[in-house]
Amino acid sequence: MLSRLPAAALKSQSVLGASRSTASAFRTRATSQVRFASSSSATLESLLTSRASLISVTLFSAGSIAWYTHLYGSLPFVGEVHANSLADDGLHPTAYPWPHKGLFDTFDHASIRRGFQVYREVCAACHSLDRIAWRNLVGVSHTADEARALAEDVEYTDGPDDKGEMFQRPGKLSDYLPPPYANEEAARAGNGGALPPDLSLIIKARHGGADYVFSLLTGYMDPPAGVEIREDMSYNPYFPGGAISMARVLWDNLVEYEDGTPATSSQMAKDIVTFLNWAAEPEHDERKKMGIKAVILFSALFAISIQVKRFKWTVLKNRKIFYNPPKDLKH
Amino acid sequence: MALANAFYNTFVKRNSVFVTSIFAGAFAFSVGFDVAVNNFWDRWNQGKQWKDIRAKYIQEDADS
Ligand code: HEC
Repeated sequence: MLSRLPAAALKSQSVLGASRSTASAFRTRATSQVRFASSSSATLESLLTSRASLISVTLFSAGSIAWYTHLYGSLPFVGEVHANSLADDGLHPTAYPWPHKGLFDTFDHASIRRGFQVYREVCAACHSLDRIAWRNLVGVSHTADEARALAEDVEYTDGPDDKGEMFQRPGKLSDYLPPPYANEEAARAGNGGALPPDLSLIIKARHGGADYVFSLLTGYMDPPAGVEIREDMSYNPYFPGGAISMARVLWDNLVEYEDGTPATSSQMAKDIVTFLNWAAEPEHDERKKMGIKAVILFSALFAISIQVKRFKWTVLKNRKIFYNPPKDLKH
Repeated sequence: MALANAFYNTFVKRNSVFVTSIFAGAFAFSVGFDVAVNNFWDRWNQGKQWKDIRAKYIQEDADS
């Protein structure tokens, strides 16, 4: 962009600066360039009216405003009033260095496997996971045999059979994970009126995603002085409003990991969040790999297309146009 | 120039050869490109993917 500014814009600026800076320089210039006595005011004029200065000043102002807004989250010089306090929005979650955070990073599948164990042993008591079937675990965190065994531990109602009756049967790979409550009303009744949301897409459904859920699970604390929390609720600064109907569920050594990882509450929170993140984005690993391929291929194609364009245009760009003024025709 | 002529004479002169080499070239490139990206991917994510930890959980004659 800047390289497109007419060179005169830059030159006139430096001339102006020089004439201000030293009087002696001005004097020598004045003697040698008397002919251009009016040039100083002309440069000033062009500096104030030229298109280049208009563009640079506009860019500078827009840039400062954008920078300010990015830094402080609101426009400068525009007053704002809020009826709610910051606590009503919940504390901003910390950005954690997830193993799958980078552009090239897959999920940590050992962590997904541990997270599924935490889900099954802890969260599944209250939260459903509607969109995940046993078969989805195969090739992600469990072998087909393991997933089949897990499914068979659950009884599903199937039918009707040829007498028109429903019957119970052990689960199959194609069954979905069983919900803890028969319906929403039962779930509310079991949790003091609050509905434990389905966790299949919870990472996508909350601002802050994985960071938020991790902060929520590890963020329980005593309410600060002056904050009243109802009997059956808990205080969690990350939850909007601060009062949450889910009590703290993760305590050290609540589960026993088969791979020997120490089950601290933050380790379990990390694992369950990784698992839930996989549940919300099962295509994640493949998507990132395809992304790399697409970026490589499309940038190569783009470079080629630029090259081809330059090649095709060389004829036009290199031609010379001569202007032959018309002969005086004397008409 | 000699190279360009050789290229023209071997690949471009006959349309049948031209089209065939484009198809074969596309096939070879896509295989090679996938292998290269997958190698990088697996090295970058070593130990994290299911295929890296699968051996710990597989029993004899299991099918996944
Ligand atoms: C005792 C039942 C119970 C258990 C066990 C439980 N939850 Fe909850 N959970 C709830 C209830 C009830 C709510 C609704 C809270 C509210 O809206 O105030 C909830 C809400 C949530 C929310 C949504 C918070 C929001 O921003 O709306 C998440 C995420 C969550 N639970 C994750 C988990 C995870 C992960 C586990 C397992 C480690 C778990 N829960 C275990 C009862 C439970």
